[in-house]
Amino acid sequence: MALNRLVTRLLLLTAVMFAFGFALVPIYDVMCRAFGINGKTGGQYEGSQVSDPSRAVRVQFMSTNAGDMSWEFHATADQIEVNPGAVNQMVFVARNPTSKPMSAQAVPSITPAEAAAYFHKTECFCFTQQVLQPGERIEMPVRFIVDRDLPGSVKHLTLAYTLFDITARHPPVAPAATQAAR
Amino acid sequence: MSAVIDDHGHAHAHGPAKGLMRWVLTTNHKDIGTMYLWFAFCMFLLGGSFAMVIRAELFQPGLQIVEPAFFNQMTTMHGLIMVFGAVMPAFVGLANWMIPLMIGAPDMALPRMNNFSFWLLPAAFLLLVSTLFSPGGGPNFGWTFYAPLSTTYAPASVTFFIFAIHLMGISSIMGAINVIATILNLRAPGMTLMKMPLFVWTWLITAFLLIAVMPVLAGVVTMMLMDIHFGTSFFSAAGGGDPVLFQHVFWFFGHPEVYIMILPAFGAVSSIIPAFSRKPLFGYTSMVYATGAIAFLSFIVWAHHMFVVGIPVVGELFFMYATMLIAVPTGVKVFNWVSTMWEGSLTFEAPMLFAIAFVILFTIGGFSGLMLAIAPADFQYHDTYFVVAHFHYVLVPGAIFGIFASAYYWLPKWTGHMYDETLAKLHFWLSFIGMNLAFFPMHFVGLAGMPRRIPDYNLQFADFNMVSSVGAFMFGATQVFFLFIVIKCIRGGEPAPAKPWDGADGLEWTVPSPAPYHTFQTPPDVK
Repeated sequence: MALNRLVTRLLLLTAVMFAFGFALVPIYDVMCRAFGINGKTGGQYEGSQVSDPSRAVRVQFMSTNAGDMSWEFHATADQIEVNPGAVNQMVFVARNPTSKPMSAQAVPSITPAEAAAYFHKTECFCFTQQVLQPGERIEMPVRFIVDRDLPGSVKHLTLAYTLFDITARHPPVAPAATQAAR
Repeated sequence: MSAVIDDHGHAHAHGPAKGLMRWVLTTNHKDIGTMYLWFAFCMFLLGGSFAMVIRAELFQPGLQIVEPAFFNQMTTMHGLIMVFGAVMPAFVGLANWMIPLMIGAPDMALPRMNNFSFWLLPAAFLLLVSTLFSPGGGPNFGWTFYAPLSTTYAPASVTFFIFAIHLMGISSIMGAINVIATILNLRAPGMTLMKMPLFVWTWLITAFLLIAVMPVLAGVVTMMLMDIHFGTSFFSAAGGGDPVLFQHVFWFFGHPEVYIMILPAFGAVSSIIPAFSRKPLFGYTSMVYATGAIAFLSFIVWAHHMFVVGIPVVGELFFMYATMLIAVPTGVKVFNWVSTMWEGSLTFEAPMLFAIAFVILFTIGGFSGLMLAIAPADFQYHDTYFVVAHFHYVLVPGAIFGIFASAYYWLPKWTGHMYDETLAKLHFWLSFIGMNLAFFPMHFVGLAGMPRRIPDYNLQFADFNMVSSVGAFMFGATQVFFLFIVIKCIRGGEPAPAKPWDGADGLEWTVPSPAPYHTFQTPPDVK
């Protein structure tokens, strides 16, 4: 019957649109990574570039603790001048001042957002989780390349890390394994 | 004619059942339409009383009447109740009453589902309004419920809010399916798609919008539910999620939603203006295509609500131009309405007054929308009272005046009595003046930088806010007067002929007034 077929199709459309709502989550992630939307940086960069000594870009570092995260967390320098194409390194330091083992995840973000697609990390502590025993302190390097194609209007950019306490979600059971992976 | 055929002594020709169970169990489109309209009006008064609290607090600078926490609940609940409780159910009520009458159908295609979709609404809004009495209070995160305000920092009652949204969504989707099934399957012979009244056309397109976006709204509140209770991280950066994702998913629903609230009003006004201009509608075909174009464009402009979250310049440009493009089909509509009135033999009964005010004031709201669409300018206007002025200009004289115009236009058909024209005109002028007093000054305080959703403000905004509040009280009190006019019309008045408006056109005027409980059991002949 025509009515039944129509109603079935409309219900199907409803179900498809409900699924589409959830599909927007991965679509959004892919779009963010592809276009550097929202300051989201990509994963590990495998390429290499030739340094451009004629141009200097200032990179500032920020470190923030999210919510009630209690670690000490900071970069070893506020800012450095880099040449596009060159590999640079900055060391971040984290210390767990509490009496419990904890795990943490750092989430990076680039400002201005349009520069995110031109900021490549060849090594980053944000690719893994950190587990620290009570009182333990680690130095965490970030190696990065500012792309030679960075738009000329961008004279300086900010790399901001927010450190989240993920102890509840990832109990710090195997610190050795995480250390080894790094 | 059909009365003669029905006189076979069959049990079919029965009237409504008696008592309360008539309303609980009814599957009659007119009963359900009436219930929708009364429910919407109750919610309109409730949401309006919340607005009165807001305006009373903003009458003077400083905090005098309510706590800021309660003020936040009032702004949130005012928005939620007006959008989901007043405007949307009112249009579903009009659809229930009028679509079968306009296309010559005996009833809605799925009458039992129709009953269920109405009765979900009282449950949903009881759940929502009850949160105001819960410890920690009701939703306080604005009707847009941005994460993490509505997840990490939400009051405990947010779960009730989520389930209330789910129920409203299910109700709307079922209503939309019913409308589409009715329009596509139950048209009288000869009633081709391009002969349908525009109210039917705009509702058909609205119903498709509802089916496309209400499930997305259900999805986004489900994600919130999972973030709050099941440890997922859709919107929590700590677990790899992103709060900005919430805004994308929400506005993918939210922008088509604003057209859901206005398209049926476009349709109703497109019936009313020709009736009181005594001319056929100018440019019927272009009206249909313009409605379709607006519906399509509504899906690709959502990020204009998010110009300041930090989307790339290319994105800002795309959403800016796409938004401005909507002005083209909307302009076609306004042009057609004005052209319909051009050289018409106009009379100004209450439905026409509301319809003309609709055209003028909705256009003002459209122009402030164009100003907001300019991305760099929006950086200045964002989250100020200019935005509040804009969307109240499209919703109050847009959606609400469209509903008032429809109510006066079809009240004689519903009740069998003419309403009191003098009182109705008074209702119009008080509403018109009150509404403009309330919302026009908001443009100025907004441009001067007064932020929205804040219970206090700087001294320089004091005079304009007092004017706004006086206008709002005037508009609010006038709507209680409207209740009186409607009750007076139901209880008595000059008997209405089958076609009380001499310029009106359409099948609904071929049945007697009040419309019999069952109509078009034999399909009418459409030439």
